[in-house]
Amino acid sequence: MRIWPIYKKELRLYFTSAVAYAVITAFLFIMGWFFRAIFFNYVSMSLQAAANPMLAREMNPTDVVMRPLLSNMSVILLFLTPLLTMRIFAEERRSGTIELLLTYPVRDGAVLLGKYLAALSLYGVMLALTLAFPAILWRFGARLEWGPLVTGYLGLVLMGSAFLAVGLLSSSLTENQIIAAVSTFAVLLGLWIAGWFADFAGPTWGGVLRHLSLLEHNESFGKGVLETKDLIYYVDFTLLGLFLALRSVESRRWRG
Amino acid sequence: MIEVQNLTKHYGPVTAIRDASFSVEAGRIVGFLGPNGAGKSTTMRILSCFMPASGGSARVAGYDVFRDSIEVRRRIGYLPESVPLYSELRVATYLDFVAEVKGLGRAERRRRVADVMDHCRIADVQRRLIGTLSKGYRQRVGLAQALVGNPEVLILDEPTIGLDPAQIREIRELIKSLGGVHTVILSTHILPEVSMVCSGVVIIHKGAIVAQGPIDALVEQFFPTARVEVEIAGVPAAVAEGLRALPGVTAVTELARTNGAGRWLVESQRDRDVRAEIFRLSAARQWTVLELKRVGASLEEVFLRVVAGDEAVSG
Repeated sequence: MRIWPIYKKELRLYFTSAVAYAVITAFLFIMGWFFRAIFFNYVSMSLQAAANPMLAREMNPTDVVMRPLLSNMSVILLFLTPLLTMRIFAEERRSGTIELLLTYPVRDGAVLLGKYLAALSLYGVMLALTLAFPAILWRFGARLEWGPLVTGYLGLVLMGSAFLAVGLLSSSLTENQIIAAVSTFAVLLGLWIAGWFADFAGPTWGGVLRHLSLLEHNESFGKGVLETKDLIYYVDFTLLGLFLALRSVESRRWRG
Repeated sequence: MIEVQNLTKHYGPVTAIRDASFSVEAGRIVGFLGPNGAGKSTTMRILSCFMPASGGSARVAGYDVFRDSIEVRRRIGYLPESVPLYSELRVATYLDFVAEVKGLGRAERRRRVADVMDHCRIADVQRRLIGTLSKGYRQRVGLAQALVGNPEVLILDEPTIGLDPAQIREIRELIKSLGGVHTVILSTHILPEVSMVCSGVVIIHKGAIVAQGPIDALVEQFFPTARVEVEIAGVPAAVAEGLRALPGVTAVTELARTNGAGRWLVESQRDRDVRAEIFRLSAARQWTVLELKRVGASLEEVFLRVVAGDEAVSG
């Protein structure tokens, strides 16, 4: 499996085409904004807490700052990850480079994995850069609980890998980047709001909808709880997306 | 090296290739000729394992393009018609990527990339982004990526299209130098190019192979006679009769008649040059020979004949 050269090329294209810079900049700017708002809120609450011991007991930088921050981050990522994957196959098809790529002696699976891992790495870089926020808190003496922080980020990585798998699939189905991005976004948003309708849908379907909801599964991670069902949900989601994307890429080899 | 048998390809209701069979021996450079839309690119896409055939089989270097696709792809270098390259990569970076994907080790890669850049004369632009290159340079980068894995078989779809005459000559020389070591199949609709570069041709028309073989053999097959064109001032009927009576002459056709002079096409047995006899005859009868020349049948005429004249030949 020659994943490595594909991976390198893909990562290089992210940076030479400036997609990486654009997405990372937008992401950090928005997250910085959120962090500032939440942090200032925390500061004013701390001032009140000085006079109110009841409130003081609930004050905890992990719960009051990091949890809402990561929860906001998951929504922003839902908007931004389609931009990371939209070009990944669509652009190769539009420009025709796929014709060369698929006639090189690499298996389709290696092409797919190389591309996927490149997108995942860029996503990882985006997340890693937001570690600046807990670092700032820590620098100012806030005592963070590491457990929920670690599981919170783990949750975001798992969620992102599912997002990216969906993006890869849509990108492999079209040669138009816009369509790839919009359809990824539609699927992710649809799965996100699926949970909202759970309350109206009766016990059986409500449960199904709640289980399908992309963001709902991310909640327990934020609390520092690792639940098997959430883990399995994201992993299954990713594998299904990648499997379908592989079928879609392979189909040109047998579709007469 | 390349064996194609009863290859058929449908795009929905359209049949792009029907029942095509041909073969290319190792070390040969073969031109794949046909009018636009005849099925050249489709055939090449099947040979390069980019798309499957609807029927029939194709083997490259002994491997089936469908069943042993990876083995075939290890042994070919392919240049698609549109020369699709990553415009955001630098030339050297791109070639290094191709070499790595084709399985070359690090040291070998560096040497090989430098070699093909020299060979294709793109070493001077190796640091440039591919997107900023001119058409001629892009074409050469495309050729370089096909060559970088040192493949046994090269499949080149219209390698000289869109180049200026000087560049066309360079690319032709380059391709010519590949013969012997590599087996090359190149498609084109520029006929003189084929006579210059290739040792054999395969002509495809409306999806079917209509002629194949070495160029000389094809010319001989379609034009079995030696031909001389002559313009003589003299009584036309007498001239025609006189020409027909010459030994070895098989046919005489009148091409044109202008006041007092006639143009004739004299066909004779292939090994016979009748020009001297025509001259002596004219001198004896006191006709004036205005022009006397040999006309060789060219690949172009063969092509026009097999393609039956209804398609325009560009180039």
